[in-house]
Amino acid sequence: MLQHLIVLPVVLPLLVGASLLLSRSSSPVLRRTISLVAQAVMVIIAIALVAQAGDGTIRYYALGDWQPPFGIVLVLDRLSASMVLLSSVLAFFACLYSTAGIDETGSNFHGLFLLQLMGINGAFLTGDLFNLFVFFEVLLIASYALLLHGGSKARTLSALHYVVLNLLGSAFFLIALGILYGVTGTLNMADMAVIVTTLDPGRAGLMEAGGLLLLVVFGLKAAMVPLYFWLPRAYAAASAPVAALFAIMTKVGIYSILRVYSLIFTDNAGTLADLGRDWLWWAGLATLVVSMIGVLSARDLRTLVAYLVMISVGTLLTALGMNSVEADSALLFYLIHSTLITGGLFLLVDVIAGQRGKAGARIVRARPLLQAGLLGGLFLIGTAAAVGLPPFSGAIGKVLILTSASPEQQIWLWPLLLLAGLCSMIACSRAGSSIFWRTGKSEPSGDRIGLARGIATGGLLSAALALVVLAGPLSNWTRATAEQLSNPAPYLEALLGKDASPETAPPLKGDEE
Amino acid sequence: MEALYATTTGLLAACGVYLTLRGRTFPVVVGLTLLSYSVNLFLFSMGGLAMHGNPAVVGAGTPAADPLPQALVLTAIVIGFAMTAFVVILAMRARGDLGSDHVNGNRLDVSREDGK
Repeated sequence: MLQHLIVLPVVLPLLVGASLLLSRSSSPVLRRTISLVAQAVMVIIAIALVAQAGDGTIRYYALGDWQPPFGIVLVLDRLSASMVLLSSVLAFFACLYSTAGIDETGSNFHGLFLLQLMGINGAFLTGDLFNLFVFFEVLLIASYALLLHGGSKARTLSALHYVVLNLLGSAFFLIALGILYGVTGTLNMADMAVIVTTLDPGRAGLMEAGGLLLLVVFGLKAAMVPLYFWLPRAYAAASAPVAALFAIMTKVGIYSILRVYSLIFTDNAGTLADLGRDWLWWAGLATLVVSMIGVLSARDLRTLVAYLVMISVGTLLTALGMNSVEADSALLFYLIHSTLITGGLFLLVDVIAGQRGKAGARIVRARPLLQAGLLGGLFLIGTAAAVGLPPFSGAIGKVLILTSASPEQQIWLWPLLLLAGLCSMIACSRAGSSIFWRTGKSEPSGDRIGLARGIATGGLLSAALALVVLAGPLSNWTRATAEQLSNPAPYLEALLGKDASPETAPPLKGDEE
Repeated sequence: MEALYATTTGLLAACGVYLTLRGRTFPVVVGLTLLSYSVNLFLFSMGGLAMHGNPAVVGAGTPAADPLPQALVLTAIVIGFAMTAFVVILAMRARGDLGSDHVNGNRLDVSREDGK
């Protein structure tokens, strides 16, 4: 049973999601219960996976027992286990929030939600590049429908942009995969990593083109400048639980960059070593600058939080560009923090908007809030953590990233990252004071936060304190994860066997006439 | 044959990219379709182009065409087909919801383009 644990984060959401799609006429209570129980079970499975991966060995699950490099594999190491746990926790709270009523504004919410979770988990676990494409498509198709869920003008418009851009991204992904397969004759990431070390120098250019094209695709998912235009609108238009779940979508892009580039384009890859790291560094800094301007110009709380997501993306991309064990370790800590906090903020903004009548989430003078004290306190904690103020988790993540930069990198990173923090602090305090203090005379009204929404919002935002309390063990874990990533040899050995020589048998080739 | 194949793929991709950059949803959808055709052709050629090859059968011993790109293309076609259907419906919905078929839903721009 234990060896099948690795495939459960894909199979469980698939089965439960599909059966929820089939049982459309069942009562909402039943559907909510099934969905929540499935997500709770997912969290437990993910904790078991993290415990398994904690011993440092790399396990894989060969589907249909077709062994790598020919079969499709799911690989469990520290990185994939922690990402699966992160997505499961986020999805559980987002789903809990949706049970307060948002899930009934359209059909099939829970089925789609679970299918998206399946795509996200699959992307984190797979050890095969083409399978990564397939899981990307699964999560994207579910996200198109979720973004449109409930329906409104803003959602249709942002979904149109989002869908067209991601279809283009998928086309580029396929081109990149075609090039990489044409050069190496394999799609298994471990096998590719071995073949790339003995690549004919004449074909290195093609490999480089394929690798950089992959960077474009992952950059589009991660909202890297200049490929970010879809993000603010889509995140601001989506319903709260969907936006919260989307908080991990940009991180899927970051994860894919980290996985592919730390495994395939390593120091052993000759001229292809550290491919794209410079691009990541400068694109990350550009993302920081653009999102700084964006966060100051936001006239709506949802857009504001969307730009906070982008600041986190910029920070993560620069950390990727630094390419050291310290930076990778800091990156993972910051990734966990920013996913949970921005997810929680999207939920909180929805509650706030529900108590402000017509003004909604716009940053304007409106009626006083029904629960100003509670929501204001949560807003303060959430934004202070997102901005990176002590004593909350963002401060630790930022300090880790700042200190992992080398002296020549610090010249660029320190001013920009600190300036981004300052800009978001100005924007958040302006928004907060205008919403909570600059209020009109009319009677407060709207929906109280309630138990389910309260637990969901509070649960995610409590990460701001929990990650500080657990900072010691967590940074040890991210440190071990970064070390595991920096040394791909055990990964290759686990998948391809001890004699993983560069001359792995090439697949059947047609006669080249 | 390689030259013909490469020209076809490139031409399809160029037309696809051009149409995707248009301002109305219909050309964009057609552009995406052309682009996915060219990508499918490109993927198909990645195993090497071979004339009169045999199907890949284990133990047949004869030189065979690489079956993997064919499997990949099949997956890509299925996904591309579903996504085209989805984006067509989405474009029609956008026309209904936003009152224009411009990708930014901007009525003013549309009437200007029409010369009204």
